Amino acid sequence: MAATVRYDEVETGQQIPAAEYPVRRANLVMYAGASGDFNPIHWNERFAKTVGLPDVIAHGMFTMAQGGRFVTDWAGDPGAVIDYGVRFSSMVVVPDDDQGTVITVSGVIEEKLEDKRVVVALTAKANDSRVLSKARAVVQLS
Amino acid sequence: MALNRDFVGRASAPSSPYEVSRVKIKEFATAIGDNNPIYRDREAAQAAGHPDVIAPPTFPIAIGQDAGALLADPDLGLNFAMVVHGEQRFEYRRPIHAGDVLVGVTTVTDIRSVGRNEFITVKSEVSTVEGELVCTAYNTIVERGGAG
Repeated sequence: MAATVRYDEVETGQQIPAAEYPVRRANLVMYAGASGDFNPIHWNERFAKTVGLPDVIAHGMFTMAQGGRFVTDWAGDPGAVIDYGVRFSSMVVVPDDDQGTVITVSGVIEEKLEDKRVVVALTAKANDSRVLSKARAVVQLS
Repeated sequence: MALNRDFVGRASAPSSPYEVSRVKIKEFATAIGDNNPIYRDREAAQAAGHPDVIAPPTFPIAIGQDAGALLADPDLGLNFAMVVHGEQRFEYRRPIHAGDVLVGVTTVTDIRSVGRNEFITVKSEVSTVEGELVCTAYNTIVERGGAG
């Protein structure tokens, strides 16, 4: 494992610039197929509404994957992410149009640990709501 | 309907061995919109010190339908139509790479009510068939209205 970020070059409180990840219905269909989660709330508006949802919502794991992508892109080597956990705090509603929605992820170095490891705290928002809370990754730096 | 608390501590049988393929990793990476070459190109992965392409951190969810049998047991009383994902965490000993043959053992660690909702937490230990623990996944799902 070889992160491109060096432990000595990061400081607690350092910000990682935000990135935007568009999500459209097609992404959810692809994610359903790749993950094996075919729950119709993620692709069938009619069904989603019968169970009290406003519209089709993204898989929580799709949203978590975008946060993961943010951290792995920062680290350089995805294998450097040794622990990653989130709480799903709000739904990502994905309308059936050509725009979909956008998940915006940003991060901050929350803590420097021993053995050149750091804790990255993530913020993920969509439609002006925080969609992940308690989102933390432990990254092994070089 | 309240979930059956007798399920706390109950563990699944080991899942059938799952062989991690380069094609599946690439499919998963594409589905999450991630073009990282370490997920697609063996040489790029080896240059980063891995034996083969590795899987994204959230990949175990794609192989971990193992909790399914436990959660689908009618005695538990879980209504899947009302389920949403509450929390998820992956704790790695090492990255998963193509060629790994993995088995999972899932244990129900907690069932609790919060307001009108039921929360159930399961822990899945993902190991190679040789017995090397690779990843521990913690998953909390919420049954909306389950405790109402």
